[in-house]
Amino acid sequence: MNVLIILIPVSIILGALGLCGFLWTLRSGQYDDAAGSAARLLLDDEEPCDE
Amino acid sequence: MTMVAACPGCAAAPMALKHAENHAAPALVLSLPTIHCAACIGKVERKLNALPQVDTARVNLSLKQLSVHGADVDADTIVAELKSIGYEAYPLDATLLETRQDTVGRNLMVRLAVAGFAMMNVMLFSVAIWSGASDTTRELFHLISATISLPAVLYCGQPFFASAWSALRVRGLNMDVPISLAILLATGMSLFEVMNGGAHAYFDAALSLTFFLLIGRYLDHHTRSSVRSAAKELAALEVRTAQRIENGEAVKTPVSELAVGDRLLIPSGVRVPVDGTLDSTQAISDRSFLTGESAAITLAQGQQVQAGEINLGAPFEMTATAVGDDTTLRRVATLVEMAENSRNSYTNLADRAARIYAPAVHLLAFISFLAWVWINGDVRHALNIAVAVLIITCPCALGLAVPAVATAAIGRLYSMGFLVKSGTALERLAEVDIAIFDKTGTLTLAGANARLDSLTSQQAAIVKGLAQASDHPVSRALVAALPTAVAAPLTDIAEVGGSGMQALYKGQTVQLGRGDWIGASFNGLGLKVGDDPAIALPLRETPREGVEAALNGLRDLGVPSQILSGDKQDAVSALALQLGVKDIQAEISATDKHAYLSKLQHEGHHVVMVGDGLNDTAALAAAHASVAPSSALDASRNAADVVMLRESLDGFPLLIRIARSTSQLSKQNFAIAAGYNAIAIPVALLGYATPLLAAIAMSASSITVIANAMRVRFIK
Repeated sequence: MNVLIILIPVSIILGALGLCGFLWTLRSGQYDDAAGSAARLLLDDEEPCDE
Repeated sequence: MTMVAACPGCAAAPMALKHAENHAAPALVLSLPTIHCAACIGKVERKLNALPQVDTARVNLSLKQLSVHGADVDADTIVAELKSIGYEAYPLDATLLETRQDTVGRNLMVRLAVAGFAMMNVMLFSVAIWSGASDTTRELFHLISATISLPAVLYCGQPFFASAWSALRVRGLNMDVPISLAILLATGMSLFEVMNGGAHAYFDAALSLTFFLLIGRYLDHHTRSSVRSAAKELAALEVRTAQRIENGEAVKTPVSELAVGDRLLIPSGVRVPVDGTLDSTQAISDRSFLTGESAAITLAQGQQVQAGEINLGAPFEMTATAVGDDTTLRRVATLVEMAENSRNSYTNLADRAARIYAPAVHLLAFISFLAWVWINGDVRHALNIAVAVLIITCPCALGLAVPAVATAAIGRLYSMGFLVKSGTALERLAEVDIAIFDKTGTLTLAGANARLDSLTSQQAAIVKGLAQASDHPVSRALVAALPTAVAAPLTDIAEVGGSGMQALYKGQTVQLGRGDWIGASFNGLGLKVGDDPAIALPLRETPREGVEAALNGLRDLGVPSQILSGDKQDAVSALALQLGVKDIQAEISATDKHAYLSKLQHEGHHVVMVGDGLNDTAALAAAHASVAPSSALDASRNAADVVMLRESLDGFPLLIRIARSTSQLSKQNFAIAAGYNAIAIPVALLGYATPLLAAIAMSASSITVIANAMRVRFIK
């Protein structure tokens, strides 16, 4: 059962990471225009890099 | 090192980020109703970002809006540019839009995410405990659960605590009181149990309760805010500029900057922005918004022009005598907004349920506590049972039942072109048993429609020749009704103000105008050629598309229709005959409309009022439920519960049907929730409730309720 001492913190930290990730996407406005974001995926880059 | 500038692509990529960070209000917001795909976004943004005066332009596809940042961007240029690539664009009044972000919605979402995270983790430990963890393992798991739950519950439950507290402060009870009590007691009791090594802890129940209820709260908020922003966009679409004459030239000026004494130019087909007096010798104006009268009125120099009228004739000039809130239109609108709104006293279904439910639940928990103390004298055990009763009966499904159905129904109706402003509007619409329609602008559209099949080709040619020479709306309708006729060659054409047109045709006098003017026996429009008897030209109003289908559909639903109009008796009866409506009242004023409606409601009827003009506004506000077309005046749209975004009326019966099924589904959901309680409460009262049972009952009832709500989407 000693493995729990490692596994429990690991599972909670992983969950908390997911939560932080979600909160970051929320705060940076990624859900403000769901339809637009889906469509923008299909757009070409404005200009290709010509390096 | 200036490596960055070497690559234009790399320079363009941060543009998007820059825009996202650009929190300053955009210089310009436009509505783009026809935009729908990725190619549209690309085309619009590329075109505008290439303009020198534009900093950034970004399309929001969900809102179908475009925001443009830039120092001196001009609405007209942008609209012209967009038109050149095939997109209609309408500038929005940015001050009326909600530019600040939806902080309340985001706040709820954060709480929802935290509650979901905490619930999942605690549930993992709970599953371990339910499957038999004991002794120190159980105590450890309980302790970890407590560490996660306590801050999570205190943070996520705040919306409920705040609402419950505000109800308790005024000595009232709402649904949030039993909710808060259950959440807090469950957490507190579980903490006490854990400290004392008890077997049962309800942390997972407290968290899943919070989680499910937050979903309901978020749905509710989301529906209301998206409908509100759609209504705001409708208001912001209205043109708020006028042509002010400065040094002999017309200059575009915002209406808010007009002052008394300004001279204005009113182009054809445009709504008069302020009250004033007419400077031109003559004007033809549509006052139907104020009076309901469909016929255009002719104004002479020096006469009053009121804000809200539409110029039907040639452009005219006027001098402003009242602006802003002093115009008749604003004064009446303000009066209506301040007038007592009968709906303020309407209690929605959820609150009515809460009034019975909340005291009953509290009483039940309290009695079970007393009973168990009396039975075995163990206060801790009795308290445990009371908390279990509170958790099991917590109105989780009730909190979810109404918002879930309303969100699904309002979303469905929005896609059909009905903007429903509140969930209670649907409940009220479900109860209506009489529909009252305004005529002009609601059942009919602006502009006349002439039946000219019986004319000979020569007569038609004369009518067209005479009508072409005039700006009067009736003349325009006649020209439109004779698309194939070739205008007859006429000489000496003259317009006789208020009567009609007169000319010479092959030496004969020909006249087109009012019956009494051309010497006919009828009153309406007529044509007289030389000495022949006058011919009547029947003019009809154009009914709105789908009117007949709507009225028939309403009749089938048991909602008879009536017409109340400020227009002349014969105009109203003609339309009523055509549509098969028996109950009509013509030539009645705004106060009469209001009085008639109140009388019907006192007799116990529930009336839905459909109207668009200022003369309907009082009636719209007084009716049990009200609907306005999107072409209605601001004041009418504000007073109405539902705004019809589409021109056609044929979806109207479906609106009522969906409203009825919505309230039926809400009631079903209450029944489902009550059913679960009926099974779980006796178990809890007898002391057999376990955290596992509480978790199952709660999740199952919430999921059933949401699934049942989704059935709104399939109503035909």
